[in-house]
Amino acid sequence: MVIKLNFGALKQTQWHEYVVRFLLGGLVTAITGWLAEKFGPVFGGLFLAFPAIFPASATLLEKHERERKLKAGITFTVRGRLAAALDARGAVIGSMGAMVFAFVLVKLLGKVNVWLSLVLATAAWLAISAGLWYVRKHHPWARPSDC
Amino acid sequence: MSQLVVRFLLGGTLVSLFALLGDLLRPKGFAGLFAAAPSVALTTLALTTFTQGAAWASVEARSMIAGEVAFACYAVGCVYFLGVRHLRATPTSLVMLTLWGAVAFGLYWAVLR
Repeated sequence: MVIKLNFGALKQTQWHEYVVRFLLGGLVTAITGWLAEKFGPVFGGLFLAFPAIFPASATLLEKHERERKLKAGITFTVRGRLAAALDARGAVIGSMGAMVFAFVLVKLLGKVNVWLSLVLATAAWLAISAGLWYVRKHHPWARPSDC
Repeated sequence: MSQLVVRFLLGGTLVSLFALLGDLLRPKGFAGLFAAAPSVALTTLALTTFTQGAAWASVEARSMIAGEVAFACYAVGCVYFLGVRHLRATPTSLVMLTLWGAVAFGLYWAVLR
């Protein structure tokens, strides 16, 4: 299976859905900064991994899938919920990559340039996440719906 | 105050960009990786390094590992309730935030404090 960009997906998302994501992301980032200032970096750091965007993404996925089925005349379907579950499955793997992202930063921050640290940590996140996804997809127990 | 505004704008932009990538990428299982992209962390740690120093940011990154363990538990819970129990996405993903909180604060209390 080839990884590709599907620009047709942009038509499904309405402008206010982008605004909601922007506001949620901005709000969580600002609150995380405030929490770290108020309660210290140990407590504030927890919120760097707060699932800020997942509820909005899962809601949109379910909605879009339900609307697609409605257009086809199907009024009851769990396809949207299954699509959101698939997104959550990807998020499990992505969070493992993010653990490595944080570990790389613990080791590099203060020792090498901050931008280089962030680039290397992001590369580690992508490499670990994509690698785990690939291994899971090619696992003998993997079902086509898991991909 | 101005620092909070900068965090808000940069965080919102980066989270939106990662979410957009998640929308565009196929297959959907691969796109799901971007639901756990460290977008908030990238903005926060970059700004924190400049304002509070690298040592402060490094401590935040250490706590983030515990937060990600909580995120993994949250996502596993969502997989179960959405994929197996077929519950609706909005209430499930919101109610499961309590699981994230329980695991994150539990680890904070037991390990990080």
